[in-house]
Amino acid sequence: MKGNAFGLIYTGESNLQLRDLTTSRSIAAVPYGGRYRCIDFVLSCMVNSGITNVGIIAQKNYHSLMDHLGAGKEWDLNRKRDGLFILPPYVTKDSTGVYKGTADALRSVMGYVRRSSQKYCVLTGSHTIYNTTFNDMLRFHEEKDADITVLYNDEKSFSPDDQFDDLRLCVDDNYRVIDMEIDPYRPKSTFQSCDCFVMEKSLLEYLVEEAATHAEHDFIRDILIRKVNSLKIYGYRYDGFVARLNSMSMYFNQSMALLDPIVREDIFNPDHPIYTKVKDEVPARYNANANVTNSFIADGCIIDGTVENSILFRGVKVAKNAVVRNSIIMQACEIGSDTGIDYVIMDKGVTVKSGRTLSGHNSFPVVLRKGMIV
Amino acid sequence: MRKKKLIAMLLAGGQGTRLGVLTNRMAKPAVPFGGKYRIIDFPLSNCVNSQIDTVGVLTQYEPLELNSYLGTGQAWDLDRLNGGVYVLPPYVTSDKGQWYSGTANAIFQNMAFINQFDPDDVLILSGDHIYKMDYHLMYNEHRSRNADATIAVLRVPMEEASRFGIMNTDTDNKIVEFEEKPRAPKSDKASMGIYIFSWKVLKKYLIIDSGDPNSHNDFGKNIIPNMLRDGLNLYAYPFSGYWKDVGTISSLWEANMDLISDPPKLDLYDKEWRIYSRNPVLPPHFVAAGAHVENSLVTEGSNVYGSVYHSVVFSGCTIGKGSVIRDSVIMPGAVIQDGVTINKAIVGENATVGSHTYIGCDPVNGDPAYDNSLTGDITLIADSIDLPAGKRVPAGMVVSKTSVDTISDIGGGDAI
Repeated sequence: MKGNAFGLIYTGESNLQLRDLTTSRSIAAVPYGGRYRCIDFVLSCMVNSGITNVGIIAQKNYHSLMDHLGAGKEWDLNRKRDGLFILPPYVTKDSTGVYKGTADALRSVMGYVRRSSQKYCVLTGSHTIYNTTFNDMLRFHEEKDADITVLYNDEKSFSPDDQFDDLRLCVDDNYRVIDMEIDPYRPKSTFQSCDCFVMEKSLLEYLVEEAATHAEHDFIRDILIRKVNSLKIYGYRYDGFVARLNSMSMYFNQSMALLDPIVREDIFNPDHPIYTKVKDEVPARYNANANVTNSFIADGCIIDGTVENSILFRGVKVAKNAVVRNSIIMQACEIGSDTGIDYVIMDKGVTVKSGRTLSGHNSFPVVLRKGMIV
Repeated sequence: MRKKKLIAMLLAGGQGTRLGVLTNRMAKPAVPFGGKYRIIDFPLSNCVNSQIDTVGVLTQYEPLELNSYLGTGQAWDLDRLNGGVYVLPPYVTSDKGQWYSGTANAIFQNMAFINQFDPDDVLILSGDHIYKMDYHLMYNEHRSRNADATIAVLRVPMEEASRFGIMNTDTDNKIVEFEEKPRAPKSDKASMGIYIFSWKVLKKYLIIDSGDPNSHNDFGKNIIPNMLRDGLNLYAYPFSGYWKDVGTISSLWEANMDLISDPPKLDLYDKEWRIYSRNPVLPPHFVAAGAHVENSLVTEGSNVYGSVYHSVVFSGCTIGKGSVIRDSVIMPGAVIQDGVTINKAIVGENATVGSHTYIGCDPVNGDPAYDNSLTGDITLIADSIDLPAGKRVPAGMVVSKTSVDTISDIGGGDAI
């Protein structure tokens, strides 16, 4: 199976529910897990599956994404043959450069798809986080002689507020998908797509062209759901940890899930490591007044205060007598002395001056925009 | 190859016998340091930050770990089209082949390598010092004086000067005399083992030196005295700042502790002078409920369930529940199980310490005889050792493959 697939990652999801986290970046570039960006997970899954040809479909705010990915060095994708390809939108006679949907975006990168020499395509979005390899799924796809295989997991919790491109699968005993629903009000199934599809490259080319000639733009709504009977679509079940960054509260809860050792062992399985851009930060420094418990701390932090049930990204400074609880503090934030921080998500580079208090709630964490000064 | 003004040659072949079991399987420059670094990261990062893009690394002793660590030099931004990092082991030529017999001989054997770049000057560095230095400032001084050689010096306390190679200079920093470990030092300017030579001049002296059967083929013992004898222009370049030779167990331990002093004696946070290293691909570290960490460095990939005071914890370590670590250096991948006590120790890479073992306790009657001439009161656990549960390791002992079976159980001998 190795070397027989190429990866295609769509990063154009526009999810307003992530509010301030995505005003200046695409979801793919949203920081997650102390030192990663969302896209690191699916990209590492591909690399760990032996995929050496990956195209990344960029749409909006992709500067931050390009800055992060560079030439793909950290993912071992700076290759002479194949490697990492960032596919930005461009204006042509029949495209304004703004995609009308996923199928439309796929159509604009057909040149890259055609030039890829691999038989299979692993097509994914960028806002679903898991750590697996696709080799078993590809084998399953071949054994079932499937047209399209969808990765899914059994997602018991459901809240209509957290819905975003929520694709539900009804599968029979043979894992054949017999029905699909998108953003259902009352889901018939707990099996939820992980936004990852395997198909032959030739089928992808055909489906995208066909959709275009029928003025259809969305891969899930216009292609998958309509063809559930005419194509052999199978579901491949994944039982590991899956985080979907659909809304602010899901971002918060799925981040905090990392404080659970079982989740950490799964998502950071040392057999298939998650790669990310290296920052050459110093190891985290704990000073004399540091009091840190149940927290996930990246390199470069300097801590002299209290930190509980929190995630600190690289280079965060927590001054003396600061108390940080239940919070996600992104890269290079500075929290002054005698402060109280509870249920707060701080985007990169936020400064909280001495003596300030900020408090949110589990269901509504306070979100501070990138670079804010409190 | 394109011509270079200045290239660096890094002497990394030293065995580092005084580091004992830490260098059993790797050369001294590859020894882990400061939570996520290895010693060689410091001179290499200094080179890159000083705009030197061509570095030859001379290896000889146990080069495997060092070779794989350096790789293509990518981690230090030294994967370059013109230049970059080159690993230079001794090799066999048509008429002879030999090991590097001394520091000067190592450079002599690589004259052809240096000639490829046709450099004006060559910077000679050693791979066992921890410091931050802008070699470019030293180079500017070397050029402006039109010197044949410039030697970096550090002022040391007069009473310690007899342990160093001492440069006696005139008021203009011109070196008039060099004394290796003088009994009655006349100056406090100690050589740091950092030299810039005019390549034309050095080449001549290396060739003459190689023909001298009585020579040690050493820069300090032969090349520099010969140049002084011939009246060449040698200048001292005074350096001030943190500099530490980490050639011994106690200096390696101290240098690690210097990073956690408040304020740290060596500032690693300067964004303009980053120390680069090959980063392990590991998630952030986790500090559990009930754990406590203070005055310490902890690196990514570690899990802390116990208490850590005034210590350096490297990447991928586990500190078990109820364990108490004090004044210690826990190297990459070490696993400290539950209820362990560790005082003033260095625990080697991937070592496992069984639960309720006590490392660095006071010696009692009944302890096996051990040699602490290298370690003093610092207890040393060699890499990959599996230290069983419930043992007591007295302060200063070295736990290696050979000594691990002789260690007594807790409660053995007279009570602690």
